[in-house]
Amino acid sequence: MAIKDYIRERFFPHIWCPGCGHGTVLNSLLRTVSQMGMSRNEIVMVSGIGCSSRISGYVDFHTLHTLHGRALAFATGVKLSRPELNLIVPMGDGDALAIGGNHFIHAARRNIGLTAIVMNNCIYGMTGGQYSPLSGHGTLATTAPFTNIDYAFDTVELATAAGATFVARSTTYHVQQLAKILKQAILHEGFSVVEILTQCPTYFGRKNRLGSAADMMEHFKDNTTPIGSKAKKENPDLIERGIFIQKEKPEYCSEYDKIIERAMKGN
Amino acid sequence: MKTENIKFIQGNEACVEGALYAGLDFFAGYPITPSTEIAELLSSRLPQKGGKFIQMEDEIASMSAIIGASLTGSKVMTATSGPGFSLMQEALGYAIMTEIPCVIVNVQRGGPSTGIPTHVSQGDVNQTRWGTHGDHAIVALTASNHQDVFETTVEAFNISETYRTPVVLLYDEVVGHMRERLRVPEEGELALVDRLRTSVSEGVDYHPYLPREDGRLPMSDFGGVHRYNVTGLFHDMWGFPSDNPKVVHGLLRHLVDKIQNNVNQMARFKEFYLKDAECILISYGSSARSARHVVEYLRPRGERIGLLELQTLWPFPHDIVNEKCANAKYMVVVEMNMGQIMREVKRAVKNPERVFLANRIDGVFIAPRDIRDILRIIQGKGV
Repeated sequence: MAIKDYIRERFFPHIWCPGCGHGTVLNSLLRTVSQMGMSRNEIVMVSGIGCSSRISGYVDFHTLHTLHGRALAFATGVKLSRPELNLIVPMGDGDALAIGGNHFIHAARRNIGLTAIVMNNCIYGMTGGQYSPLSGHGTLATTAPFTNIDYAFDTVELATAAGATFVARSTTYHVQQLAKILKQAILHEGFSVVEILTQCPTYFGRKNRLGSAADMMEHFKDNTTPIGSKAKKENPDLIERGIFIQKEKPEYCSEYDKIIERAMKGN
Repeated sequence: MKTENIKFIQGNEACVEGALYAGLDFFAGYPITPSTEIAELLSSRLPQKGGKFIQMEDEIASMSAIIGASLTGSKVMTATSGPGFSLMQEALGYAIMTEIPCVIVNVQRGGPSTGIPTHVSQGDVNQTRWGTHGDHAIVALTASNHQDVFETTVEAFNISETYRTPVVLLYDEVVGHMRERLRVPEEGELALVDRLRTSVSEGVDYHPYLPREDGRLPMSDFGGVHRYNVTGLFHDMWGFPSDNPKVVHGLLRHLVDKIQNNVNQMARFKEFYLKDAECILISYGSSARSARHVVEYLRPRGERIGLLELQTLWPFPHDIVNEKCANAKYMVVVEMNMGQIMREVKRAVKNPERVFLANRIDGVFIAPRDIRDILRIIQGKGV
């Protein structure tokens, strides 16, 4: 199907600010789904609250716009009840890793077949630019007017430690790579996490004098590098992109099917 | 009568039997005293019938997961007690707003906070009514014995499906842990309400939030042919966010009216010796057992005393209570809190100054003697 067939066209133009990276994420995701030839009826998108979470309103899937931080918990209910459905769960950085941090690590630990997308713009955008758990030490935000003394999570390390069986990172600059990663994440049997660095020129960019949206995307280009590259060895501050973890491990719902089999046999 | 249908079990087990009879497919929960037996039992009973059980990371997640599962067409339930019920308030509001059928069991213990976990209380009555933020309506049922626990559990699922609303089963520790006889009804003996699904065919515009003439909202399972949006924001008939004042006003009125306009249909109660009663005890849950005992004890001794046992606490049946109490000289509300239902009774009757409270709030089950002692004080017979 054409990409346009996957969107709810009447809701465009979208609500995101000019220059926001979230539209690029949406674009990349739709191209991936279209290229994979997925049926709209087999996809359930579950989102939480925040700028990122409004993505579910624009796609013509089954869409569940839930509570702040709880998207993965709702998605767990949908998936376990109907394991044949494809669950895509886009979340913001605060949504996924502050208020939703507990659900994030436990969904990863269970290895339930959901695709979690962390749209990391380092800030709470919807509420006007407060620091998030991914803003990083030394950044500025409307609630860190002097400087942010909170250290950031590394989403990839956190997801890996929690047991996610597919962990990847890309950026809104690297859209070709992003689409490839998203495809593999959706195809992965188990809990997959894709962190996408996405620019918020309105709040994070402005507060931290990072320039225009284009400047921020250039920043992604200049400050990231493929996993294990020579550049990373020379400059350890570079952020790696690519697929960090991709391993086979029994998926939660298929494990539960075995429980049903045992229970029905009476042992 | 088949003997295999007779069980000698805990109230929590009676609740499980009722839920399975009603067609429960999916349970998500988190361990908490005194409700844990419900989760334990369902972890074996549900997969035996091909259903799903999951222990989530907390009660927030449990409530969220059952809402997600309900959207795929499953009949869903969670069970908890006070502290967990507090955590569920957020998603309870979401289920109200999005009109998703689900059943929440709260086996009450003493609060506030961690309170007194292994002892009885009925202190969550008003939390059930007003715990989640914003104007809304809620349905809450309770019961005092295992046969009624079974039946109110079935009824909770039926109301939940009929009105597309969360229903809270507000049991208490004594009912939950007490053991007594239960006869599991035969299949077909109790009416069951199944999910009302839309008859709109594929390709035709489906309005998930446009009520039919009878007020009911046919659903379409996630994964089916109709793709729509579900959101906790105020939304239009397609489920898409709207801040149009007419839409906001219309939806809020709908959410409240669909419950409040059916208060009498949802009202479940039992009455004992009300006809000539000068004194009416009003009680519910386990405390109604002691109240019943008092009535049965005092009647042969010449006291014109009766009992109105409420099984529907919310929406509170004000008119019915008023009517039942019309000829009584005074009413005594028997409950294990500081007068949460007494307040509603006062609002219901024409002589609120004649409404008294017989309660215990110390974690000890209110005994018939406690009620009789308070009655003597009310009657001016001394301590």
